Amino acid sequence: MTVTLILLAMGLGLAGWLAARARAVAFRSAHGVRAMKSLPQYHAWYVALWIIIPLAIFIVIWSNLAPQLVLQSVLSSPAAADLPQFDFQRRTILNEAAALATGRSATAYNAEARALAEPFREAISQTRMTGIAIALIIGLAGGAWSFLRLRPDFSARTRVERTVMVILLCASLVAILTTLGILVSLTFETIRFFGMVSPVDFLFGTHWGPDPMSDPAHADPTRYGAIPLFWGTIFIGAIIAMIVAIPLGLMSAIYLTQYAAPRWRTWLKPMLEILAGVPTVVYGYFAALTVAPAIRDWATAIGISNASSESALAAGVVMGVMIIPFVSSMADDSIAAVPQAMRDGSLAMGATTAETIKRVLVPAALPGIVAGVMLAISRAIGETMIVVMAAGAAANLSANPLEAMTTVTFQIVAMLTGEGSFDHPATLSAFALGFVLFLVTLALNFIALRVVKRFREAYD
Amino acid sequence: MVSNQPTETMVPVKEASALPSDLTPKMSARDVSVFYGEKRAIDSVSIDIETRYVTAFIGPSGCGKSTFLRALNRMNDTIPSARVTGEIRLDGVDIGTMDVVQLRARVGMVFQKPNPFPKSIYENIAYGPRIHGLAENKADLDEIVQRSLERAGLWNEVKDRLIDSGTALSGGQQQRLCIARAIAVDPEVILMDEPCSALDPIATAKIEELIDELRGRYAIIIVTHSMQQAARVSQRTAFFHLGEMVEYGSTSDIFTNPVKERTKDYITGRYG
Repeated sequence: MTVTLILLAMGLGLAGWLAARARAVAFRSAHGVRAMKSLPQYHAWYVALWIIIPLAIFIVIWSNLAPQLVLQSVLSSPAAADLPQFDFQRRTILNEAAALATGRSATAYNAEARALAEPFREAISQTRMTGIAIALIIGLAGGAWSFLRLRPDFSARTRVERTVMVILLCASLVAILTTLGILVSLTFETIRFFGMVSPVDFLFGTHWGPDPMSDPAHADPTRYGAIPLFWGTIFIGAIIAMIVAIPLGLMSAIYLTQYAAPRWRTWLKPMLEILAGVPTVVYGYFAALTVAPAIRDWATAIGISNASSESALAAGVVMGVMIIPFVSSMADDSIAAVPQAMRDGSLAMGATTAETIKRVLVPAALPGIVAGVMLAISRAIGETMIVVMAAGAAANLSANPLEAMTTVTFQIVAMLTGEGSFDHPATLSAFALGFVLFLVTLALNFIALRVVKRFREAYD
Repeated sequence: MVSNQPTETMVPVKEASALPSDLTPKMSARDVSVFYGEKRAIDSVSIDIETRYVTAFIGPSGCGKSTFLRALNRMNDTIPSARVTGEIRLDGVDIGTMDVVQLRARVGMVFQKPNPFPKSIYENIAYGPRIHGLAENKADLDEIVQRSLERAGLWNEVKDRLIDSGTALSGGQQQRLCIARAIAVDPEVILMDEPCSALDPIATAKIEELIDELRGRYAIIIVTHSMQQAARVSQRTAFFHLGEMVEYGSTSDIFTNPVKERTKDYITGRYG
């Protein structure tokens, strides 16, 4: 159905394009090249866009509307009168009839469905005819209207330009609107959650242990203290991971920009960036199967008796390795952005390369480096797979990196994939956690962008 | 203002040959060639640079005068494809055998575009003394900073704002800050690579005045594309063309009585 309409739109568009182009070429031979304000292909595109864009809008609306229309006409048919009133059965029969009508299944289990198949088929073909008719009217109207406006001095070029701009604007709005949509739905569910558990208990409580099997009407607020989760997230993502990622990322950036021969650099930089492309689930099992047992064995070897096989340290270290390319490539960019004149000035004073890096390049590049670290932190605290696989599920509030810890992201996964129903506070708490996480990463990204912006202005 | 004629009064120049024999040169170059990859940018240049003189390198763009200047403190080392052959001596010692850090402390450099570090004015000057350990304590360092700024003629303009960023100064002030920064480590030679090309005429006049004041203390080599500037500030002039040093002698001789035809053509504006 939709496919037919899309083909129709493309066909009409192509016809309009060719007709308009032919007309513009005719104008050109009649009035001369000088009289034309736009090239023939702009006239062509002008008409084609006037056909395709209204049709595209129509197709989007129609493909949502058509199933409703079909259903309505089926329900008003005499055969629908003896449908059972009970909603579940009713829907099953209707689905079966639809499958029968469109040929997806050969026979139906319910007799009613078989009776309804014929009205269904009729309704579908009727709707299809209506859709094609409306599409033809829209396409022809748009084409005719725009075609009649073509003149030798018609500035189709600027109009096409403007339309292209609007299309590009819409494309970028999709991303922004999606973000807003996420925020709105998160906010809505979070408010529902805070109706059951007070924000104070949630944000400042120190015990986390929601029970999805408890009575949803009487949520126990002492089981929804998210502090251990926030601490686990910060400890793994912002402390342990950064202790690994900042020095290694910074040093590799310095090596790559200042010491590496160009030939090495062209090899090393892409290889480092491959690290960023490794799926996080791969890091996850590396953390769980290799790093975590190694850390446990090492802890046992130095005399720590009850070392856990899941530890904040394992997750944090692997996350740090994952983050290295982020820190390194931001630091690389901002060190490379420090003018060569700064470096020359320092070297000409008799400074060594290391002194130049420490005293001139890194201080000058610091805002960019800080921004890189912030983006890396926001990436690390939103990271899920590594902590799911290596950090454990126990909500411990502890500063011991060898202990199992859990994070906000882990608990979101745990709460949403559990067997609790969607109006239970245990499930809803996932949205509140997501909301907090979203706000924190948003703030980090915002600050990072501001820092980078101010830094860019320094070397104009 | 700087006198228009080259001053010959402070130290008399007896002869204007390329290799004067009666003075011990501060720096001397013998058969120096510089290559960028396969391309020869400088071809067998031999020259003696004397202390207490301002020596100007003139010549059309791309003649290799800046390249040769950068060879004198081994700044070409920072360009991977650059290769220098021949021999350059500072006080009789081959600079190729010297520690590059020591060499650059003795042979300072001022660049075409002012390049103060994005640090305070004070820290800009203190940079060299700090890395070379020239100051015993804070008072020492303060004194070095003040003396360097005074010599660069910048002290009165900045003494109340030493903590302000060096990049906040005007272009001319920034360039004098860079000169002060170079002076702060007590160099013997100062190389200046077109130090006024990014400045307006008033700032240029100030820098030229400063160069004239400084020459009593250091050997100064200035690369310039302005013949008027060479005539105003220098006592010795070397004319470079297509990677060769065509002629070297006292500034007055070069400008009034050049020996080589090519020099005459350039001086009279036939090309360049």
